[in-house]
Amino acid sequence: MIELSNIEKHYGSYHALRDVTCHIKEGEFFSLLGPSGSGKTTLLRTIAGFEGIDSGSVVIGGQSMAGVPPNKRPTNMVFQSYAIFPHMSVAQNVAYGLRAQRLGKTRTTEMVTEALGKVGLAGYGERAAHALSGGQRQRVALARALILKPKVLLLDEPLSALDRKLREEMQSELRHLQRSLGITFVLVTHDQEEALTMSDRVAVMFEGEIAQLDTPQALYKRPASKRVAEFFGAMNILKAEILGLKGGIVTTRIEGLGVAEIPLGPEADTHGGNKYCAGVRPELMTVLDDGESAYPKENPAIVTDVEYRGELTYYDVKFDGSDTPVVVSMRNTTNREIKEVGQKVRIGWENASAVLLLEQT
Amino acid sequence: MSKRILTTFMIVFTLFLYAPTLLLPIFAFNDSSIIAFPLSGFTFEWFYSLTEADELRGAALNSLIIAAASSVLATCLALLATSATVRYKFPGKGLMIGVIMVPMFLPEIIIGVSLLTVVLLAGLKLSIYTIIMGHTLICTPFAIAILRSSFQQLDPSLEEASLDLGETRFDTFRRITLPLIMPGVTSSLLIAFTISLDEFVIAFFLSGTEPTLPVYIWSQLRFPQRIPSVMALGTLLLLLSIGLLTLSEVLRRRSVRRLGQHDTSGAW
Ligand SMILES: Nc1ncnc2c1ncn2[C@@H]1O[C@H](COP(=O)(O)OP(=O)(O)O)[C@@H](O)[C@H]1O
Ligand SMILES: [Mg+2]
Repeated sequence: MIELSNIEKHYGSYHALRDVTCHIKEGEFFSLLGPSGSGKTTLLRTIAGFEGIDSGSVVIGGQSMAGVPPNKRPTNMVFQSYAIFPHMSVAQNVAYGLRAQRLGKTRTTEMVTEALGKVGLAGYGERAAHALSGGQRQRVALARALILKPKVLLLDEPLSALDRKLREEMQSELRHLQRSLGITFVLVTHDQEEALTMSDRVAVMFEGEIAQLDTPQALYKRPASKRVAEFFGAMNILKAEILGLKGGIVTTRIEGLGVAEIPLGPEADTHGGNKYCAGVRPELMTVLDDGESAYPKENPAIVTDVEYRGELTYYDVKFDGSDTPVVVSMRNTTNREIKEVGQKVRIGWENASAVLLLEQT
Repeated sequence: MSKRILTTFMIVFTLFLYAPTLLLPIFAFNDSSIIAFPLSGFTFEWFYSLTEADELRGAALNSLIIAAASSVLATCLALLATSATVRYKFPGKGLMIGVIMVPMFLPEIIIGVSLLTVVLLAGLKLSIYTIIMGHTLICTPFAIAILRSSFQQLDPSLEEASLDLGETRFDTFRRITLPLIMPGVTSSLLIAFTISLDEFVIAFFLSGTEPTLPVYIWSQLRFPQRIPSVMALGTLLLLLSIGLLTLSEVLRRRSVRRLGQHDTSGAW
C-alpha cells in the first residue's frame, strides 16, 4: 500500500531521515515506534505530503507521490494536537472534507451521523468544538478523517495526551475500528507497550533510521540490536564472545552463563567487524528449587536482591565469576519458595533463552 | 510613603493626559464665542452651526472615504505580508519586515515631504487619492503588528488539517485562516481607520484643494468666531474615535471567548 524507498531528509544540517525504506501492507496496523526526536513525525508528514524529501520515493497505492500535495493524497491524518477547527461545531468539523464531493445536505448529515456513531459520539453534532474534552476531540479528529474513506489513516501520537484509563480504552477501540474498516493505519508512538498491543507490524526508529521492522512478537523475542532489545521491556545484557558459526547456529561464550548455541537471526551479520553482546529476558531463566532439574543448562549464582510483586518475584542475581547483575523474574506458584538475599542458587536456562544482539558503534 | 507619591503621580499624569481633551466638550456646549472661564451658559448652537457648513461636510466626507480606503488597503497589504512572513522562511525576510515597519517610527513630516516630492515629480495632481496613498503607508505597520499576533496565535496544524482533508490552499485560507484571524482583521481595520481619520501632517501636505477634517479644522482656527464650532466638531471626532477603539476591543474579547482561547494579548 505504501512503499517508502531510500528516503533522505535534512533540516538544514540536521539529518532527520536516513535511508528509510519500508513497505506498509494494505489493511495492516503499522506502527512507527521510537524515542522522542527519532524522526517518526517527520516520516508520517512525509507520507501525508507536508514535508519534502531530499531523495528517495513515496509510492501510495501504486502511484508515485512526487509533487502530489497533501490535499490530493489518498491519506488522512489525525494530528497530535487533533487540530479541531475551533470556530465550527462538531458536525461542521466532521463534514469539513465532504464539501468537495457536493453530496447535498441530507446525504452529508447522514454521513456525519454515521461517522459520529462509529467513534462513539452519537448526538454530539451540535456541540461547539472548543467545549470538548481531550478524548472527545480525538474522536472528532478520527471521525473527520474516516468519513472521507481514506486508503491510509495516519495517526501522530493520538493517545499520548489522554490519561491512562482512557488511553487503554482507546487502544482497543482503535484496533477494532481498524479491523472493521480494513483501512491501513500508520500510528506514531513512543510507547512500546502501545505499539506491541495494537500493531500488526512495528518499525523501530532511532535517530532517523529504521533499526528493525517486524511483528511485535518477533521484536520482543528476537530483537536484532541492543538498542531495540532495551526499548522493549527488560533485557539482561551480557558480554559475549563469538566462537564459531555453523549452519545458522552461532556458538557463543556468554559472560556468567558459559557456552551457548544461539540460532542466528535474519538481521544478524557476523562478519564485518560488528560487536555483539548477548541478551537474556528475565522471564526466560528460572531460579531452581533444590533438586529441580528441568533445564538443560544450570549455572550457580548468588541472590543479591529480592523484589516481591505479588504475581511475580524479581531476583537480582550474580553468576559466579561475573560482576554483572542479572534480573530473573519468577511466576509465584503455590509450591515455589521465595529465595532470600545472600542465598546460593542455581539458575536454569536453555539455548533459546539467549539472543545475539548487535552493539551500536 | 512612596505609595502616596506614586498615587499623586498617577493622578497628575492622568490629568495631564486627559484634562485638555475634556476642555473640548466643555467649550463645545458653552454659550459664548470666547474660549475662557467662567462658562456663560449651555447651548447646542455650535453643533447646529456644523450642519450648515458645506465645506465641513465635504471635508468630513473626504476623511471618511480616505479612512475607509486606506484602512482596507493597509489591512489587505498587511494580510499578504504577515501570511508570508509568519509561515515561511525566506532570504531577506528580516530586512523586508524592517523596511515595511519603518514608517511607524519615521516622523510624519518627513513622510509628508517625501511623498509630496514623489507626487510632484511623478506629475500627479494632489487629491484624496494621494492622501489615501500616504495613509496606507503609515497604517500598514500598525496593521502588520496586529495581524502578526493573530497569525502567531493560529495553530499551523489547523491549516494543515484543512489541506489534509482535501481543501485547496485558497479554500483553506477562506474557511479556516480568515475566520480565525477575523478578530485581528477587524482590529486592524478599526485602528487604521482611526489613525487615518485624525492624521494631520501627511493629509496637510498632500491634500491640495480637498481638505480632510483635521486640515479643515486647522484652517478654521484662523477665525476666532468659529472656534466654538471647531470645539463641537472636535467633540464629535473624539466620541467617534473612542467608539471605534472600544468596538475593536469588544469584538476582540468576544471572539476570544467564542473560540475558547486564552486571552494572551494586551489592549489590542
Ligand atoms: N521543521 C523543522 N525544522 C527543523 N528541525 C526539525 C523540524 N521538524 C523536526 N525537526 C527535528 O527533527 C528531529 C525529528 O523530529 P520528529 O520527526 O518530530 O521526531 P519524533 O516525532 O520522533 O519525536 C528532531 O530532532 C527535531 O528537532
Ligand atoms: Mg512526534
